[in-house]
Amino acid sequence: MRTLAVVLVAFSLFGCEREARHLNQPAPPAPSQFVSQVPLQPGPTFVSDKTEGPFDDNAFGTSQGETLYNQMNCVGCHAHGGGSMGPALMDDQWIYGSQPDQIFASIAEGRANGMPSWKYRLTNEQIWQLVAYVRSLSGLTPKGSRPSRSDQMMVKTPPSQTPNAKPKRSGPPGGPGDD
Amino acid sequence: MTRPPTDRTLPADVTISEDDIARDARALGVVWSEPPGFWGWLTTVDHKKLGKRLIVTSFLMFLAGGIEAALMRAQLSRPENSLIGPDRYNQLFTTHGTTMMFLFAVPVMTAMGLYFVPLMVGARTLAFPRLNAFGYWNYVVGVVFLYVSLFVNMGPDTGWFAYVPLSGPQYSPGHRVDVWAQVVTFTEISALAGAVNVIVTAFKMRAPGMTVNRIPIFVWSQIVVAFMIVFAMPAVATASTLMLATDRAVTMHWFNPAEGGDALLWQHIFWFFGHPEVYIIFLPAMGMITPIIETFCRRKVFGYTPIVMANITTAFFAFGLWVHHMFATPIPELGQSLFTAASILIAIPTGIQIFCWLATMWMSRPQLTVPILFVLGFLFTFVNGGITGVMLASVAFDKQAHDTFFVVAHLHYVLLGGGVMPLFGAIYFWFPKMTGRLLGETLGKWHFWLFTIGVNVTFFPMHILGLEGMPRRMYTYLEPTGWGPLNLVASIGAATIAVSVLLFLINVIATMRRAPNAGPNPWKSSGLEWSVASPPPSYDFLYAPVVESRHPLWDTTIDLPVLTGFRTDRREVLVTTTFSAEPDSRHEHPTPSIWPFYLALCMGVVFIGSIFSPWFVLGGLGLSIIGLAGWGWSGTKPTHHERVATPVAVPERA
Amino acid sequence: MHSVLDPASPQARAVAHLWWWFFGVGAAVWLAVMATMLLSLRGRRAVRGADDLMQPAPGVEARVERLVKGATFVTVLILLGFLTYDFSVGRILAQQPTNPLTIQLIGHQWWWEAQYEDQDLTKRIVTANEMHVPVGQPVRFILTSRDVIHSFWVPNLTGKRDLIPGYQSTIWFQADTAGTYRGQCAEFCGLQHAKMALTIIAQPKAQYQLWFAAAVSSQTEPTDSTLLYGERIFMTTGCSVCHAISGTEARATVGPNLTHFKSRTMIAAGTLPNTRENVARWVLNPQVIKPGTQMPPSPLNTAQLSALLTYLETLK
Repeated sequence: MRTLAVVLVAFSLFGCEREARHLNQPAPPAPSQFVSQVPLQPGPTFVSDKTEGPFDDNAFGTSQGETLYNQMNCVGCHAHGGGSMGPALMDDQWIYGSQPDQIFASIAEGRANGMPSWKYRLTNEQIWQLVAYVRSLSGLTPKGSRPSRSDQMMVKTPPSQTPNAKPKRSGPPGGPGDD
Repeated sequence: MTRPPTDRTLPADVTISEDDIARDARALGVVWSEPPGFWGWLTTVDHKKLGKRLIVTSFLMFLAGGIEAALMRAQLSRPENSLIGPDRYNQLFTTHGTTMMFLFAVPVMTAMGLYFVPLMVGARTLAFPRLNAFGYWNYVVGVVFLYVSLFVNMGPDTGWFAYVPLSGPQYSPGHRVDVWAQVVTFTEISALAGAVNVIVTAFKMRAPGMTVNRIPIFVWSQIVVAFMIVFAMPAVATASTLMLATDRAVTMHWFNPAEGGDALLWQHIFWFFGHPEVYIIFLPAMGMITPIIETFCRRKVFGYTPIVMANITTAFFAFGLWVHHMFATPIPELGQSLFTAASILIAIPTGIQIFCWLATMWMSRPQLTVPILFVLGFLFTFVNGGITGVMLASVAFDKQAHDTFFVVAHLHYVLLGGGVMPLFGAIYFWFPKMTGRLLGETLGKWHFWLFTIGVNVTFFPMHILGLEGMPRRMYTYLEPTGWGPLNLVASIGAATIAVSVLLFLINVIATMRRAPNAGPNPWKSSGLEWSVASPPPSYDFLYAPVVESRHPLWDTTIDLPVLTGFRTDRREVLVTTTFSAEPDSRHEHPTPSIWPFYLALCMGVVFIGSIFSPWFVLGGLGLSIIGLAGWGWSGTKPTHHERVATPVAVPERA
Repeated sequence: MHSVLDPASPQARAVAHLWWWFFGVGAAVWLAVMATMLLSLRGRRAVRGADDLMQPAPGVEARVERLVKGATFVTVLILLGFLTYDFSVGRILAQQPTNPLTIQLIGHQWWWEAQYEDQDLTKRIVTANEMHVPVGQPVRFILTSRDVIHSFWVPNLTGKRDLIPGYQSTIWFQADTAGTYRGQCAEFCGLQHAKMALTIIAQPKAQYQLWFAAAVSSQTEPTDSTLLYGERIFMTTGCSVCHAISGTEARATVGPNLTHFKSRTMIAAGTLPNTRENVARWVLNPQVIKPGTQMPPSPLNTAQLSALLTYLETLK
């Protein structure tokens, strides 16, 4: 009986991050190496150690990211991950890096050839949610927290069934991080 | 007791000696026992042990659901209260509903049946003892899974009805709803196992002479409900385990309108189960009322045949009502009207039962013991709930009252008044049979009054709240709505209910600490279960009783006629014919077995694992094959059915 | 207040009458059953026989059987009466209106989008959470949802109807008394189901026309410098990413349309009265008031917030 109580208490303290709904919480901060840019000029791609975004293992946050992806019309350039005018987001080619900080920077700062800067349009929390969703498209986040199919027409394999990917750090050839 | 004038073929001087009785009792006690210690506890197939275990576990679920309700009422006692936030509240009301409907109400009614049906029909045990154990362990897996999930923040949060698209993959990310879907699976397996057992036991293992016309009403209600379970439960399993789980896990589109699915399909399939579900809870409670009234009114119930027919009619009607949960959806009005008619008409068989009970009480002087008090409380509360039910059957009125606190009031009046009150009465009534001790009368009366007052103080104001515009499933409400005062009254009532249940617990615990003080028939009741010791021995009946009327202990001599000649070196049961209950064959029953427990664990692996990966399904099924093989190999061999040639004693058919 | 028993339309009135009849007859039945139950406890109609078992007094059994049959017959009659009355009310409610004002109502988590239909495209109003309707003219709502199932319910005016994605359902009523009627979502739709209210303001024809004329107009560019500053804040700090103000470059349809924001009596889907202080609280952090809502907090300093609020107050 006592062991059962100890186990239960341990469970409740441990909780389950995947299922948490972080409502009305302070937002995770923007990456520290946040380089503000001159419009339309990509900055240097920085190398980041952080391999997990704050919402990568959170199903609710990733799903909010999917909602934002549709509402902010990312679909307009990136389609549902397959890309058209913008590059594909569900493959393993990352022009500006696939680390959470790098994707955050891409969304917040904007990038060359038409990627708008969202820093003053979305909050940090919303951008981190988008980061989680974008990374889930190519299987970079834990499988359990990736969204399943949406209630729309099905145009791609849902992220929950995408095979896990090995994270790659890539940038323009000759840049830092290129071995 | 005087000898009633019958013309028998029984030789008048055939009796069984005390030595024979003692010898047989000893031998049967050995044969029907289980291994000692924990292993015996794990492998038991005794229907009484498993029945008692299921009753206790269901009551624990009642307490858990009650705590969830108390937390909800605390949050709602004031407008804009900040005790519990929306996420936690959604998990609470979902778990409250799921616990009460799936993990308390149906299992406890099933448990009363699994415990008492063999005793009431004069059988030694159920038809499928290992299936009974399998059902119980599956239920436990469901309970543990739901509550562990609740503690790790993975508790389901979309309501006990889990409407899509809210519970679909897009709007319920994570695995919370998958937990709900699989809990339903486990409870469904458990209910089906119990239903199959009840049907076969009641039809094929009745005591000789217990023709269909003499089956106790409690057993009739269990039979009817078992058939309802068989037809209704697969619907919810299809909807949740098959359709919702696959929509969420492997991109099926059952409920995705963009790909040809339909959000309303869920509601149809769920409520096709959901409406019979409430009658599955309610009809066994009706079956418990008749023996209580008979015993304390000291007379046979008025209208045995109408009551039985009312049970059967209610069961059939119950399957034709489900759309009344969907009157606010865009279903054509003409179709909805059909369900209005059916929902109103089902009040007739229920009313007939109530009239028969009132007639019985009218023609006698009821002794006001605690069980009868609960019957009176049932009448007071359930009739109110039934009337609001007839009101809700009207499409026009339901469009105002649907999904408001008016419905919360109605459903609690019928479930607490029509389900829990008779259940409490039944517990007080049959507690001495199950444990050998009588529950305290004074504490029982306090329990009854506080419970009845509490239920009415909690839920009556909710009728008014619903009519004043308060919808259901809200974690809070705004101050200017004016709903605060009645909500506070309801919360005070909830506290009263909690106190009454606490008194009941104290009564049970204190009683169990006393020495046994009840003989076989402390109430001088008439059913066969009162002819055995309290609590019954492991083999229930030493010999097969022979039944000559509907009220065996009131209509026969002191010496109940029995059928002897059974073997005492193996577990033997008597199989009789379906309608006339003539002895047919003898059947060897299985001994304690670990395979039901093992297979239930395999089911756990299969269904819980299916949430996380398809490999668990394959692995679990593979492990199950071992279990099925073990189950099949152990147990009885078919050659041991022995036709009964010339029974020792058989009464003339009445 | 917003009560089923305080009808402001013939539809709601028919249902309220139905309720009172049901209540009256139902209460009488319940009282009759209780009286029988209590009287039966006195029990002088039986004789104690052998083994403490009751034998009913002679003739009682037959009389009781007649009574039971009679009670059953009366029950059937009452229920058939209910059925007939209910069907007749249903027929009244099912009649389709002539010449209704049609409003498309689209449910979102957790707000109501309303689009007034009109042949003339310039007269189509898009608004949110608060609708004006004329007294004495039937109003028909065409209901659907963008996400999960919601339910439209304004107790004073009509019964409820679900908003189901993939379906279009219809409901109509005719307000016959002017007033402000509160409604609420009545189908559990997620985290903020509890705070998804709506308001229907029924106005006499003349006042409704005045409101309509103002509602179809667009906003113009402000000239005052504070208002200009406030407008710039709206356009550049994220508000315009989700909200639209007709007449400006803000065209987004993610969140409620704010063109005539100041004219609304409540904000956040009927959660708070539309005062400067409440709007400030809501804009700074909606998550405190409606945790889980889609609208994020705004990182504005005092001056920026003040200018924004002043601008919003011009959106009449």
